[in-house]
Amino acid sequence: MKKKLAVLMACILVVSAIFASCGKKNDQNATTKANSGAAPENEIQQGGEIVVGVTNDIDNLDPHKYTAAGTGEILFNMFDGLVKVTPDGDLVPAIAESYTVNEDGTVYTFVIRQGVKFHNGTELNADDVVYSVKRVSGLDGSPDASVKHESALSTLTSVEKGTTEDGKETVTLTLSAPNTELLGYLTFAIIPDDYTKQSESPVGAGPFKFVSYTEASSVVMEKFADYYGTPAYLDKVTFKITSDTDAAFTQLLAGTIDVFPYLTADQADQLTENYNIEVGNMNLVQALFLNNTVKPLDDIRIRQAICYAIDRQGVLDMVAAGKGTVIGTGMFAGFEKYYNADTVNTYAKDVAKAKQLLSDAGYPDGFDITITVPSNYQFHVDTAQVLVEQLKEVGINATISLVEWATWLDEVYKGRNFETTIIGLDADLAPSDVLKRYASTASGNFINYNNSEYDTLFASAVAETDDNKKVEDYKKLQEILTNDAASAYIQDPSLIVAVSKKLSGYTFYPVYVQDMSRVYFVKQ
Amino acid sequence: MKFYVKKICTLFLTLFLVMFLAFTAFRIIPGNSAQIALGLDASDEDVAALMHERGLDKPFLESFVSYVGGLLHGDAGISMHYDKPVMEVIKGRLPVTLLTAFLAIFLIIIMAFPIGILTSAIKHPAGETVFTLFNQSFMAVPSFFMGIIITLIFGLILKFFSPGGYIPYNEDLRGCMKYLFWPALAIALPKTAMLVRLIRTGIQKELTKDYVRTAKSKGNNMFRILVLHVMKNAMIPVITFFGMMIAEVLAGSIVVEKVFSLPGLGTLLVSEIGARDYPVVQAIMLYIAFTVIIINFIVDLTYKRFDKRVNV
Repeated sequence: MKKKLAVLMACILVVSAIFASCGKKNDQNATTKANSGAAPENEIQQGGEIVVGVTNDIDNLDPHKYTAAGTGEILFNMFDGLVKVTPDGDLVPAIAESYTVNEDGTVYTFVIRQGVKFHNGTELNADDVVYSVKRVSGLDGSPDASVKHESALSTLTSVEKGTTEDGKETVTLTLSAPNTELLGYLTFAIIPDDYTKQSESPVGAGPFKFVSYTEASSVVMEKFADYYGTPAYLDKVTFKITSDTDAAFTQLLAGTIDVFPYLTADQADQLTENYNIEVGNMNLVQALFLNNTVKPLDDIRIRQAICYAIDRQGVLDMVAAGKGTVIGTGMFAGFEKYYNADTVNTYAKDVAKAKQLLSDAGYPDGFDITITVPSNYQFHVDTAQVLVEQLKEVGINATISLVEWATWLDEVYKGRNFETTIIGLDADLAPSDVLKRYASTASGNFINYNNSEYDTLFASAVAETDDNKKVEDYKKLQEILTNDAASAYIQDPSLIVAVSKKLSGYTFYPVYVQDMSRVYFVKQ
Repeated sequence: MKFYVKKICTLFLTLFLVMFLAFTAFRIIPGNSAQIALGLDASDEDVAALMHERGLDKPFLESFVSYVGGLLHGDAGISMHYDKPVMEVIKGRLPVTLLTAFLAIFLIIIMAFPIGILTSAIKHPAGETVFTLFNQSFMAVPSFFMGIIITLIFGLILKFFSPGGYIPYNEDLRGCMKYLFWPALAIALPKTAMLVRLIRTGIQKELTKDYVRTAKSKGNNMFRILVLHVMKNAMIPVITFFGMMIAEVLAGSIVVEKVFSLPGLGTLLVSEIGARDYPVVQAIMLYIAFTVIIINFIVDLTYKRFDKRVNV
């Protein structure tokens, strides 16, 4: 056993050296990229305070307990994980200074970076990493039921700490089934193992440290001087919670908010005097999701007819002044490496073809259908209204049924009791996370999609160790989804951000975060 | 004595009913708070585990009994959404709603009484028409719309305050009150208009009565008559209205909070209904019911003071 371990360690050392250099290169790339756009180093004014507007109250300050995307985008600034995502979508070592993966993707070993400090002054060690991984995966026996478990870590069988030959601490994760994409799920926060007040006063190792939280009002954080990575420029950032986008908009007009990330295209047009408007992607798959088992949607021709009836660019023009990225499959374009861009043209709007398919399927006069939409997402409601008009052209008579979010979750998502629905789905930075819901037995397969070819290919894609083959498999999976018209995919919506003209460095990521460590005041 | 016993019995009965209704309502409407708290991708086992931890999987009657039992010990449960004791969640919000409500009531009193008394002197038909026109318009505008108008005029155009610029009361009470003044005004204006009308018609009616003439002939001046005799009689409908109004002001502040993005109970109530956070919503409902009942109780007592004939 000991001998085996020694051999393994030796392997780790070799590979980790490679990875470490890799990681560094990526890191540099990221920083230069962030700065090259707006300003050279000498335009950066160190220090300063800003106010960032957000529209949702914090649901939990504990980084392993929150579920709202609106909380995650704030906590991103205070916590670092084993690996961290770059604006390009790469995963670079963070708390881990390097990592190695065994050949079949079942054993991951991380060398823990030395000298990393938590905000409370204690030094981060392997015990903290083991504690955090066990807590998120549920391997600690789940003493706290409100911790949100990462389902991709359900195959984790052990988390062990060890040391490298030169005395550095390591943590080894062993899986019961191969998963070559585990890294994408390891961005979750590493937190101190002996600290119990994460929900009240969170402590992490990120570039900003927590100062205060006032219910439904604000979260304040300040620069963490002992941060191990590139330090933040700003001294203090206040996330101001407003009741909704309209309330935030009035505050933008009044100038009390410096950065606000969820504007509508109309609102953005009115703010150009004092704000730079930056446009990125939300990294969502927005689609008219079709329940593949209800009549008449169980007929592939009907589903294809719906796809042909929809003019996706037309939807974008109507609801977002043309901003956004049209997609043709169940993945968003931000996943450049895996995204199958060819699927965009599979169903170009073709009313004649749609009508032909409908009559082939036995519905020459169309049919009635209900689109269930969660009413708290105005964007999806707007989309539904445009779709109703477009479907009318081919004879499909759609009616919109607005439901509350809680009802949607219960009846549509969990109960699968619906005909069609519009929603935007997000994902972790692993291609399998986006596509896993279409496996016939997946708990997230709320559209009841069932294709055995897809199931087999998906299982082998996740375990695939050859990168080129993996990319190919994922592209093929998307093609299958498109050809089966699993749902009518529409777009990755645009994220319109207002950034005060005094500031620069705002950076978009392929995940939903607001990174304030790159934002700085421009020297006047 | 019998009166108090009766009142206290009604108090408990009403609270019990409110509790029971709130409890049942959440059992009937769709939505699972544990699923919402753990998110879209939570496994069924994790959801079940959380439901078990919070006792949500118990049969209806059993969970109701244990909830009521907890309340008697001052324990309102743990918020599903915030994962904190309900009392802690509410504690932070309550002062905002109460401050707004008190400020609104204060504004109503200092505006309605002088205006009511002064305008009761208006007898000219043209003046009467102008008064009615103004009064009716203010009465007709609901407080949330008044809030929007105030934000537009005083916030965006005149820049007297910055919309949404709430300052927490525990940081700077004066700054907070300065901000709360506007939502309080939005609640106060429609209510003031109603009260002015009541005071005014009450006084005008009383002034035509015989005892006023008698008092005048005894050499009393108008001010003395108003304060000592007329007001006392004109007050009875005003007090009834006042009792109802306080409950409405509380309810009104719940709606107006949303307009001014105040972190009060109202905003909390709305968001927690959305999150199916039963324990928090039940606690807020109970609190509102409790306040309304207590205020009605006080109103009944005040009647007695003003008019000894009233037998409550």
